[in-house]
Amino acid sequence: MISEEEVDRVAYLARLSLTPAETKELAKQLSSVLGHFEQVSKVDTKGVEPLVTPTDMEAFWRDDKAQIWESPEVATANAPETIGNLFKVPPVVG
Amino acid sequence: MNVLTTSLKNLAAAISSKKVSAREVTEKFLGQSEKWNKKLNAYITMNDQALETATKIDQRIAKGEKVGPLAGVPLAIKDMLCTKGLRTTAGSKILHNFVPPYSATVVERLEKSGAITLGKTNQDEFAMGSSTETSHFGISRNPWNLDYVPGGSSGGSAAAVAAGMATASIGTDTGGSIRQPASFCGIVGVKPTYGRVSRYGIVAFASSLDQAGPFSRTVEDSALVLESICGHDERDSTTAKVPVPQWSASINKSLKGLKVGLPKEYFSDQLEPETRKAVDRAIDAVKKAGAETVEVSIPLTEMAVPIYYLIATSEASSNLARYDGVRFGHRADFSKHPAEDLAEFYCRTRGEGFGSEVKRRIILGTYALSSGYYDAYYKKACQVRRLLRQQFLDVFSKCQVVISPVTTSPAFKIGDRILDPLQMYLNDIYTTSANLTGIPGMSVPAGFSTKGLPIGVQLLSAHFQEQHLFNVGSVIEESLAIKELPSVLQ
Amino acid sequence: MSYNDWEAVIGLEIHAQLLTESKIFSADSTTFGGADNENVTPVSLGMPGTLPVVNRKVIEFAVRTGLALNCNIREKSVFARKNYFYPDLPKGYQISQFDEPICERGHVEYFLDGEIRKVNIERAHLEEDAGKSIHSGDFTLINLNRAGVALLEIVSAPDMRTPQEAAEYARTVRRILRYLNVCDGNLEEGSMRCDCNVSVRKKGDPKLGTKVELKNINSFRFVEKAVEYEIQRQIDCKETGEKITQETRLYDATKNRTFAMRSKEEAHDYRYFPDPDLLPVRLDPAFLTKVRGELPELPLARAQRFQTAFGLPAYDSFVLTAEKSLADYFEIVAKASNNPKAASNWIMGEMLRELNEARLDMEKTPISAQHLADLILMIDSKEISGKMAKDVFLEMWKTSKPPKDIVKSKGMAQITDTSAIEKIVDEVMAANEPAVADYRGGKIKLFGFFVGQVMKASKGQANPEMVNQILQSKLKG
Repeated sequence: MISEEEVDRVAYLARLSLTPAETKELAKQLSSVLGHFEQVSKVDTKGVEPLVTPTDMEAFWRDDKAQIWESPEVATANAPETIGNLFKVPPVVG
Repeated sequence: MNVLTTSLKNLAAAISSKKVSAREVTEKFLGQSEKWNKKLNAYITMNDQALETATKIDQRIAKGEKVGPLAGVPLAIKDMLCTKGLRTTAGSKILHNFVPPYSATVVERLEKSGAITLGKTNQDEFAMGSSTETSHFGISRNPWNLDYVPGGSSGGSAAAVAAGMATASIGTDTGGSIRQPASFCGIVGVKPTYGRVSRYGIVAFASSLDQAGPFSRTVEDSALVLESICGHDERDSTTAKVPVPQWSASINKSLKGLKVGLPKEYFSDQLEPETRKAVDRAIDAVKKAGAETVEVSIPLTEMAVPIYYLIATSEASSNLARYDGVRFGHRADFSKHPAEDLAEFYCRTRGEGFGSEVKRRIILGTYALSSGYYDAYYKKACQVRRLLRQQFLDVFSKCQVVISPVTTSPAFKIGDRILDPLQMYLNDIYTTSANLTGIPGMSVPAGFSTKGLPIGVQLLSAHFQEQHLFNVGSVIEESLAIKELPSVLQ
Repeated sequence: MSYNDWEAVIGLEIHAQLLTESKIFSADSTTFGGADNENVTPVSLGMPGTLPVVNRKVIEFAVRTGLALNCNIREKSVFARKNYFYPDLPKGYQISQFDEPICERGHVEYFLDGEIRKVNIERAHLEEDAGKSIHSGDFTLINLNRAGVALLEIVSAPDMRTPQEAAEYARTVRRILRYLNVCDGNLEEGSMRCDCNVSVRKKGDPKLGTKVELKNINSFRFVEKAVEYEIQRQIDCKETGEKITQETRLYDATKNRTFAMRSKEEAHDYRYFPDPDLLPVRLDPAFLTKVRGELPELPLARAQRFQTAFGLPAYDSFVLTAEKSLADYFEIVAKASNNPKAASNWIMGEMLRELNEARLDMEKTPISAQHLADLILMIDSKEISGKMAKDVFLEMWKTSKPPKDIVKSKGMAQITDTSAIEKIVDEVMAANEPAVADYRGGKIKLFGFFVGQVMKASKGQANPEMVNQILQSKLKG
């Protein structure tokens, strides 16, 4: 079970605003989903190393070479708000 | 030759031998798209450079220059793939205005092969969905019956090929998002081995599961497209340094000596009889070509959906943190009600930029990673993932290919399942294991339901053994391929 | 400094910016010009679909540092995502290392108050730097030139007990980083950052007190001052019964105080998990052997060798090994002059003074090590006097010329020719007959006067010992 408070707490962690109706619905839906997912706890995984990348492959490291890419104008072209070539956001405290 | 329905192989040959110009071909496809997109909503954005590119290809062919294997062939690209200078939305409001200053490696490789990008196709928002109903840009429809979903998340890419609006297309598959819509739309779709295709420039949903792959009308065409996009990429650390075979040139339709596994857990009661029949038709075709079938077992099959959703949403919750309204994309309007603090700035921007399915998954994933739950959810899922992978490796020591259904039933009606997330998730039972274990999979048509909806079958093989899929798929399509456009479009 | 029956417990987190040409996961340059957002790529901008690719040199630098800090280098280390939202963090997560860092369990020895002390290193892990926020009242501006620059975070155990220990440990780590050529160690410019964790407890109490993290410390002197202030503040709190809150405090150097950061205190939940975009870093023993083989001699070992091999006093050995370039220079001069103590004196005296005045690093000295050795050899062979040598040194500093050329062109060579000195002595005695008479009459104090006159007449070039000898015999009459 996941409570509405828990949904709101996690939504804040994920920086998502939810309406009270959304919170309510999500608490219900996620409880049902997680309830079903609980079954994974039945699998014995003692000593099993978690698997992240499913295909075996060799690591690849790049050489330390700097490259120039486009311009600051291109870098900021998609930004909602800028001053010069800096990204602008509301004041940050601290 | 019907330009709209002929194979990619034939079309490319006709263009490079100047029987038809790339421009004419492109115009025809643009015409078909213009005509049907209002109904199907397969494309979000058309590429206004397509004709110009086609003309350039024609000029190069006229000059006798060497052109790539896909020269002049019009392709549709899922809107998950960044296209330099062409809007890329991932089906989301939060990227509704994003014009990438770079292209995905897959897009670059297709361009190098001479393909023409016709447009960007509709999809579930951030590929989160199985019906293309969660797109910010409206639902897409199944060309075989407009009341039905085309599947998803790559629904637009599948519908476009099925409707003759592109010769082939690119989709992405995180838990079945290529194979399921291919099955619903009656075309071929391939999810390659994880690590075959570069993810660079493809909007990330779940990094350890995402792979791009082709949709096409024939198995050989999918091989041709895949050959063009595969291979190690210095911009993606998770691409394998393995040779890329010329699958299309090596297709072998004699299956003598081939063992085909039938996993018993994939043929349980929940499988609808019509779908079961389609799979049986495919099995018969394969047997006729000399293959032998063996029953195999993957006991952890029922765990696939839970661990898939735990892992996919965990990774997604982090991958989607970059959509914050700072450097690109949507930002909430703060002119009337300024944000009181930074948290509110983020919450409002993200709260209105993401749709409900995306929010649901971000919250689920954030929860699964959060303090106190990590071990029980995310870590546990990754451990079970390793066990599941081992079960598949064991299966592939007994057979070379697994045949199974793609879904329990054919395409469903628009609106039918969108209200119950758990039921929607459980539909992914047969497809998610390939992503979790990294193995390649294909969906190939195996006939129709009584309602006239296509049904595909799924082929799976061991890591990097795509050739088996192309061989077996070619055998199945010999008897079961769908050659005509859906009747509603004729 | 004594804290009565209180004891301070100090641990340091040092962020070292690695001296690579490109960033840790992308090819953007790490050297910035003046322009905003000029050193960015879609990767460091956190644009959709972009992926990190590990810079090989970053791994090598981390291993080099880890080995120098006596760490265990993990065969397999893992990059993990640290998730939090901040405008200068483009992806909404920082790629760092969490439970499997590249280096762990090491130690550093340093010299303080006449003894060698030891600090344990818990771990050293790789991570990417964030961008820069420029706060301006009504809004904040974000520059991402720095985003993605490679950092190695070196986390010490809480092994230090005094501000002096903390500062000396930090200096030692900086020295090592510079020896290894992996970080320029510039605290002022932020290429090395020292965060200090400070707590206070009753002496003998095995339990640690509430920890406060000090940030914004941009010199070693301030490490000492900030920690000192914080210890006193915490002791005052304890003694007045005020609760110490676990928090981050910023050091204000002008006020010499620490201030609590004005930010909403919320429980952090970083949701670390392995970054699926990057494979684990696997290091084979051959690679470690290679890097180990290339390690330079480290400062403390070198200082000890300077004491035993060159007979230097401890003080000299530490001054001369503070920088690798200085130690390298000394070693050439000491060997070429075959007079280590003189080499040490010249370098620690004249050379460091001139360098300081000119604000130059040792690498930029205009005097080559061989020339300084030549100068010492000329003194030792009495070609020039010590006094003349100082003038020659200044000329060498100005012109970078070999001392022999300077001495020759300025006619500065010491006069060691007996007849030449006798001639000057004769002239001086002839010009000062009354004084000669007084001397011979018993005023032997006048000897110094004669020496002065002879040296003046020889423009300081006469060999003083010979002048003494000749004067003595001639004045006897």
